[in-house]
Amino acid sequence: MAATTSITPEILAKYEPVIGLEVHVQLLTETKAFCGCSSKYGAEPNTHICPNCLGLPGSLPVLNYRAVEFAVLASMAIHCEVRERSIFARKNYFYPDLPKGYQISQYDKPLGEHGWIDIPTPAGSKRIGITRLHMEEDAGKSIHDGFPDSATRTYVDLNRCGTPLIEIVSEPDMRTPDEAYEYLTRLKEILLYTGVSDCNMEEGSLRCDANVSVRPRGQEEFGTKAEVKNVNSFRFVRAALEYEIERQVEVIETGGRVVQESRTWNSQEGRTYSMRSKEQAHDYRYFPEPDLPPLIVSAEWKAEIAKSMPELPEARRARMIAEYDLTEQDAQTLTATREFADTFEASAKKAKSAKRLTNLYLSELTGRLKAAGLELAQSPVTMDGLVVASDLAEKGDLSSRQLKQIFDIAFEKNEDFPVVYEREKPQQISDPAELESMIDQIIAGNPKQVEQYRAGKKTVAAFFVGQVMRLSKGQANPALLNELVTKKLDA
Amino acid sequence: MAEAAKVTAEDVRRVAELANLELDAGEEVRMLRDLNAILGHVAQLNELDTSSVEAMAQVTEILALPALPALETLRPDVIRPSLDRDIVLGGAPEAGSGFFKVPKVLER
Repeated sequence: MAATTSITPEILAKYEPVIGLEVHVQLLTETKAFCGCSSKYGAEPNTHICPNCLGLPGSLPVLNYRAVEFAVLASMAIHCEVRERSIFARKNYFYPDLPKGYQISQYDKPLGEHGWIDIPTPAGSKRIGITRLHMEEDAGKSIHDGFPDSATRTYVDLNRCGTPLIEIVSEPDMRTPDEAYEYLTRLKEILLYTGVSDCNMEEGSLRCDANVSVRPRGQEEFGTKAEVKNVNSFRFVRAALEYEIERQVEVIETGGRVVQESRTWNSQEGRTYSMRSKEQAHDYRYFPEPDLPPLIVSAEWKAEIAKSMPELPEARRARMIAEYDLTEQDAQTLTATREFADTFEASAKKAKSAKRLTNLYLSELTGRLKAAGLELAQSPVTMDGLVVASDLAEKGDLSSRQLKQIFDIAFEKNEDFPVVYEREKPQQISDPAELESMIDQIIAGNPKQVEQYRAGKKTVAAFFVGQVMRLSKGQANPALLNELVTKKLDA
Repeated sequence: MAEAAKVTAEDVRRVAELANLELDAGEEVRMLRDLNAILGHVAQLNELDTSSVEAMAQVTEILALPALPALETLRPDVIRPSLDRDIVLGGAPEAGSGFFKVPKVLER
C-alpha cells in the first residue's frame, strides 16, 4: 500500500483505531422491493422500469413478500432480534438516479436489531455487535464517463431503482483493519449460506462503507470519524482503513483536527480523497412513509421463516471437524461455500470411509486443482470419481503410489478417475507366495531391523512394508502385504 | 396560545435549499410568515393532553384495523411487465443510447 505519511510504527502504536462497517446487500428476489419489475442484473438500460421506478404521480409501492422473508432470515442468521412491527420511512435527497426524490428505507424502527457475529482474531474469537439490519430500496445508476458527450452529460439507467436491499450496520467494535476484513468475510459467508444474496461485489450486490476514527490508547471517548465510501473489495477496505488510520494519526500528530467527512478510496493510488461535501449538506428529513402500512412480522411467520434456516458456516465447521476428524483449516476449506460443503458431505455419505475421502480430497485433489488453476466444477476427477478412488484405497486394492499415478494420468488426459482406473487397471500383486518371497528377501537383507522388531519395537513393521512396496514397484496389495509382513516377523 | 418555536429567515433558506427551491425575497417573507403560523397552530394542539394516546407513524393506524396476514397485504415475488423503453424515454427532456441524459452531475 502506498502510505505517504511519515508516521513511524511507534507513533502509530500510541493510537487505537475504532472501526464500524455499513454493508448494503441486494436480495436475490425475482422482482423489486415495491413493484413487479424484474430486479435481474445486467439488462439493457431502462428496460426494467415502471411508473413506480420512475416516481410517476399516483404510483404506489406494494412490498415484496419474498424480500421480507429474506430480510428476516438474514436478521436471524446474524442473531438480530426481529421487530414484530417495523416502519418504513422516506429518506429525502435529490439526485438524478432517484426519480422520486426520496429513498424508501427504515429509520427509527428497523426490522432487526441487537445482533452479533463472531470473528477469529490472533487473540481468539471476538464478538462484533450488529446495531441494526433494515430494509430499503436501491437507487438507479449514474454513468459519468464513457460517452462522447460525457463532459457535459450524465447518463442515467433506472433499472436498479427499487431493487430490495438490506443494510447491516455494525457496532464500532473493530480495532484493526484485519478485524474489519474478517468481519466482512464472515458476514458474506453467512449471507451466502442463507441464500438471501449472491453477494457479488463486482455487480454491486454487496457494497461496503467503513467508518473509522482513532483515539489515543486508554482514552474512552471516540475520535472524530471519517466515512470511507466506494470500496469494492474486502482487500481494498482493509487497505483503505490502513491508509485512513495513518492519515488521521498524522493529522493529530501535526497538531491538526480530523474533520468529519466522507472520503472516497482510489485503489490505483492507494489513498483516500475527501469528497468535499458541503458543510451539513446531509439532512435527509426522514419521516414515516405514508404509502406503506407498518410491516408486521408475526411470531408464526417468523417461525415459518426460521424453518428455512440452513446450518450456518460456524456450526457446520464445528460439526464437520467432529464428524470427519478435520483440522480447523481443512474444515475452512471444505465449507468455503454451502454448495461445496453439500456436495462434499453427499459424497462422504456415499464413500465407505468419509475420513479417507476427506484425506484424498485434501491431499490429492485440491493441490492438483490449484496447480492446474481449476475450480472443482472443472475438475477432471469428479466427486463421484473420488468416491471410487477412496473405496478402492479403503479396500486395499490400490497402493497410495498407484493412486497418485492414476490421479496424475486423470489430470493429464482430462479423464475421470474410474475411466483411468478401468483402462490402466494397475497390476496388483495379490499372490501371497509372490509377496512372501519378496518379504523374505527384505528380511534377509535387514537383520538389524528384524532384531529391533523382535525386541519389541513393533513400529519397525512399517519399514518392511515400505521396502517391499518399493521392491514391488508399488504394486503389492497393501492390505495383504501388511498382514504378511506382520505374520513373517512374528514367526 | 402556547409559545411556538420561531422559524428564522435562515431556516427558510436552509429548508428551501434542501427542497431544491429558489425563493425570491417576497416568497421568502411569505414562507417565513406561513411556517410560523403553522408552528403556532401545532403549538396550540400541543396544549392537549395526549399522554394516554399511543404514538402512531401513519394516519392509517387511526382506523385501528385488525392486522391482516402478511400474505394478503404484501405482493408475491412475481414479475410483471415493465414499460416500453421508447415510450418512457420519449417523455424525457433528453435521452440517448437507451439512457436518460441529464446535465453533468458531480459524482457523489
